[in-house]
Amino acid sequence: MSSFSLATTDGIAILTLDVSGEPVNTLGSAVIGELEATLARVRDDAGIRAVVLLSGKPDAFVAGADIHEFVRIRAADEGTALARAGQEALDRLEAFPKPVVIAIHGACVGLGCELALASSYRIATDSPRTVIGLPEVQIGIFPAAGGCQRLPRRIGVKAALDIILAGRTEPAAKAFRLGLVDELVPPSILKSTALAAADRLARYGVPARGAAGSFWLDRNPLGRRIVYAAARKQVLGKTGGHYPAPLAALDAVRTGLEWGMRAGLRREAELFGRLAVGEVSRNLVRIFFATTALKKDDGVPAGTAKPREVHRLGVVGSGFMGSGIAGTAVSQAGVEARLKDADLPRVGKGLNAALGVLRGQLERRRISRPEFRSRSALLTGSADWRGFERADLVIEAVFEDLAVKRKVFAEMEEVVGPEAILASNTSTIPIAKIAEGARHPERILGMHYFSPVEKMPLLEVIPGAATGPDAIVTAVRFGRRMGKTVIVVADRPGFWINRILFPYLNEAGHLLAEGVPIDVIDRTMTRFGLPVGPITLLDEVGMDVGLKASQVMHSAFGERMQPGPGVARMVEAGRLGRKAGKGFYLYHSGHKTEPDPAAYKLLGVTPLATVDAELVEQRLVLILLNEAALALADGVVRSPRDGDIGAIYGIGYPPFRGGPLRYIDALGPAQVVSRLESLAARYGPRFDPAPTLVEMARSGARYYVD
Amino acid sequence: MIVAGLRTPFAKSGTVYRDVPAVDLARFAARELLYRVGIEGPEVDQVIMGQVIPSVLVPNLAREVSLLPQFPRTVPAHSLNRACASAAQAITNAHEQILLGHADAVLAGGAESLSDIPILHSRRMTQVLVAASKAKSLGERIRIFASVRPRDLVPVSPAIAEPSTGESMGQSAEKMAKENGISRDAQDRFTLMSHQRAAAGTADGRLTAEIAPWFGGPGLDQVTASDNGIRTDTTLDALAQLRPVFDRRYGSVTAGNSSPLTDGAAAVLLVEQAKARALGLRPLTTIRSYAVAAVDPGWQLLMGPAWAVPLALQRARIGWGDLGLLEIHEAFAAQVLSNAQAWSSRAWAARVGRSDPLGEVDWERANVMGGSIAIGHPFGATGARLVTTLSNEMVRRGVQFGLISICAQGGMGFAMVLENVSP
Repeated sequence: MSSFSLATTDGIAILTLDVSGEPVNTLGSAVIGELEATLARVRDDAGIRAVVLLSGKPDAFVAGADIHEFVRIRAADEGTALARAGQEALDRLEAFPKPVVIAIHGACVGLGCELALASSYRIATDSPRTVIGLPEVQIGIFPAAGGCQRLPRRIGVKAALDIILAGRTEPAAKAFRLGLVDELVPPSILKSTALAAADRLARYGVPARGAAGSFWLDRNPLGRRIVYAAARKQVLGKTGGHYPAPLAALDAVRTGLEWGMRAGLRREAELFGRLAVGEVSRNLVRIFFATTALKKDDGVPAGTAKPREVHRLGVVGSGFMGSGIAGTAVSQAGVEARLKDADLPRVGKGLNAALGVLRGQLERRRISRPEFRSRSALLTGSADWRGFERADLVIEAVFEDLAVKRKVFAEMEEVVGPEAILASNTSTIPIAKIAEGARHPERILGMHYFSPVEKMPLLEVIPGAATGPDAIVTAVRFGRRMGKTVIVVADRPGFWINRILFPYLNEAGHLLAEGVPIDVIDRTMTRFGLPVGPITLLDEVGMDVGLKASQVMHSAFGERMQPGPGVARMVEAGRLGRKAGKGFYLYHSGHKTEPDPAAYKLLGVTPLATVDAELVEQRLVLILLNEAALALADGVVRSPRDGDIGAIYGIGYPPFRGGPLRYIDALGPAQVVSRLESLAARYGPRFDPAPTLVEMARSGARYYVD
Repeated sequence: MIVAGLRTPFAKSGTVYRDVPAVDLARFAARELLYRVGIEGPEVDQVIMGQVIPSVLVPNLAREVSLLPQFPRTVPAHSLNRACASAAQAITNAHEQILLGHADAVLAGGAESLSDIPILHSRRMTQVLVAASKAKSLGERIRIFASVRPRDLVPVSPAIAEPSTGESMGQSAEKMAKENGISRDAQDRFTLMSHQRAAAGTADGRLTAEIAPWFGGPGLDQVTASDNGIRTDTTLDALAQLRPVFDRRYGSVTAGNSSPLTDGAAAVLLVEQAKARALGLRPLTTIRSYAVAAVDPGWQLLMGPAWAVPLALQRARIGWGDLGLLEIHEAFAAQVLSNAQAWSSRAWAARVGRSDPLGEVDWERANVMGGSIAIGHPFGATGARLVTTLSNEMVRRGVQFGLISICAQGGMGFAMVLENVSP
């Protein structure tokens, strides 16, 4: 069955794209072939004057190229050939003798956007579902079907680079402002407007457009050089040089604008081929697939549980985490959220912080003022339990203390209905202990968010020993509605993220005690690709919180998780980190400046003048990799996939490395084991390689088969 | 049947709610009421709200309430104005909608912000602005604006005065004090009682039970949980010190013995009997009767209750002696005492066209938690406060019948008889 259906009205062919059996349209080679065949018929039909291309999918235009075709590429020249084929098809579309009008409703991204750029005229609906853009760099490639050529020519080089290099998709209104689409109309008149435009174009020709962009930046070689240099600097600043795709895209844009379209297209195809088989793109695509798979993974076998639809959320504890959870729930999931704390001023403060999430969205124009008003009205607060009776899910986010939490759960059980799910946002306390003595432990579980909740994309869902499947699937689905990637992890101390994080933070503490300077430690890890180094992380999390958690980990896992002495001393001295205005770093009106000499003095060390940065990196990275191997073997995560995705979204483990377990594969378990052994010989048994790694090194096994 | 009522703390204008429009107060009270009652938004069929001085930006405040995200978007709503009896009118309207079978559950109440009153341009300035908005060219627009004179720029703010007589509310109260012989001392003693009772009701939690604490201030951590006009420590001496406002020489009405300009909102939930049972709600009271009357505003403006109360009792088929509790709206002490006089005196009975007076007001059973003088009087909301306070207290005391009496601008009087239906 063809993906295109053709109807003709008054000399205008209406091509409806509806790839059968798929929820969205993707443009694989076969679909492109069908498009060309259909267009050939239209070209030869003397009765047809113009073409309108629509999507047959509700609220979706074209989701891009077929990613599976791209994944099959094994050699660079295969990639180049694939890009060439796409380019040639779109060249033919651009040269098509009859006007082609694209009517866009829903997402029009990647190859879909490039297709639109190659046509005569573009009309988009003003629906919030209509977004247009080129997100390719997010999976390590870039638009290579002429997108790097046609977009800058249409909207100016500066605006085009903003989109291409950051992999952005723009709302229709913005795309219209930029000139990326020619008309913006309500969905109800999309088709009639498109037909009218096709008729107009057939009669009077395609209207000429003035040159795009500003003269100073876009239309003279000198101005463009400034733009290229600024873009390059920005890309390097953002990617730390770890991601080649934006730079390749910049190269393709520049080649095309300075040496002509032909040269640009050739460069596009060539660079695309290289990137397509590169390890960075491979890892980013794997993360994309894993994240997509997790979106369908409820954490229990399909059909074994009944999810509870969450309309009303209760949050107990209106501190930083509680208010963050409430604010994010309101803004992302659109549920009613009621905050409770011990006294009203605290509740008010929490409400204000939760509203801050919405205010941030308003400022960034992610929501309109009426939307802000409506969503703020979903947030309420109380110092007693009134209003919690009908909550579907209550998340506890009070002080990290077992007795306090048990008391809160006992009170919750008194108030809520029999169906309600009760969750604890604990980071260290076992769920089984919290649920001990509860009347209905089957509905109690852990939902571990990361701070700040509105920004951190991961949620760990932790079933206790007695937790039933309904509670799990409810929590997982609700987490997803809050915009989180959710992994289900075992009820072991530290769960997954803190389990692999603490040995790493402890190691940073040991390095510090040996005199390795604070900024050297941090810089080593940001260079490795982490968003922040371990010492900065401690400052952000707060020394007291870190100390408490590290003590829990130490008592659970013994010597391996022995923290360095630094953090405890910092707590004693009241240097709690950013929140106290002083930690390992100095803060000047809330902004981190430089390492504080007083911190060294407190630790009784003088910073070393020369440091073996590679050894620092090895110690920090390998101790984390080793713990990941141990925890996976412990069954903390269900699969290497969950472990890697968790590490990437939970601690910002560099995505281009694919995650810690993927990185073990990349280094080779044998290599990892031998490095760990030499570190163990020098620094002690905390580096003893995980038995699984030793076994893998012996057998040549890997975590992943692909 | 009245299931529950809830309000914001009442606050003197220009204080706690200085930056809060009436609609936000109303939305807050309505939303909290839903949570306190434990009823789902979709169960509510209508929203009716009173407001006396609406904002030109939000002409139908009730609809903004019914557009709270807790409700489906399909709940019809209207706002109404029966001056100071507006919320009481909204509640009786709701009651009628339920009796008619048009609705099973209605949220009714009212709101007022006198911190957020519309200040108008002068008539002349309005004409200029309208003309300018229609101007076709910049030149024309400049010409139009050039015609503006300084006096055109003087804004017009609404006064609490009768359009028909030009007399302010306070002047009317002053007139009533004189004509009915209400002494300054009697007014001040009544005022003291209002404050002392309101203070006691706040301290023992009976008043705060019907208040949803308000989160204010830039960090939302300044919590207001009670009315800020109640003077716990006022004395007769302090009240006697105050100068009369409306007749400096021979007057007796002062800022002390009048109700203050107030911001606030209140809401009441009315549910049909079978539906209440089905939802597991425990009703408090039901409306047994109500009556509205009006007098010539040029005469004793706030004497409407003299006619409305006997009529409501007659419609309820009960006598004055059957009333276990009364809530009389206190616009001015002079007005309350004048109303009481009208109910008890034979001369007034004749005037009203009755053979006998109703009887004396037993102050042990009237305004037992104070009234508008101490608590405050957001015009559009007071009626719902009275219904809430009376209903709760009737249930607490096990009283069968209670009366609400409200005097209103335009010479109107509003009376309502509530009957205890609590299980």
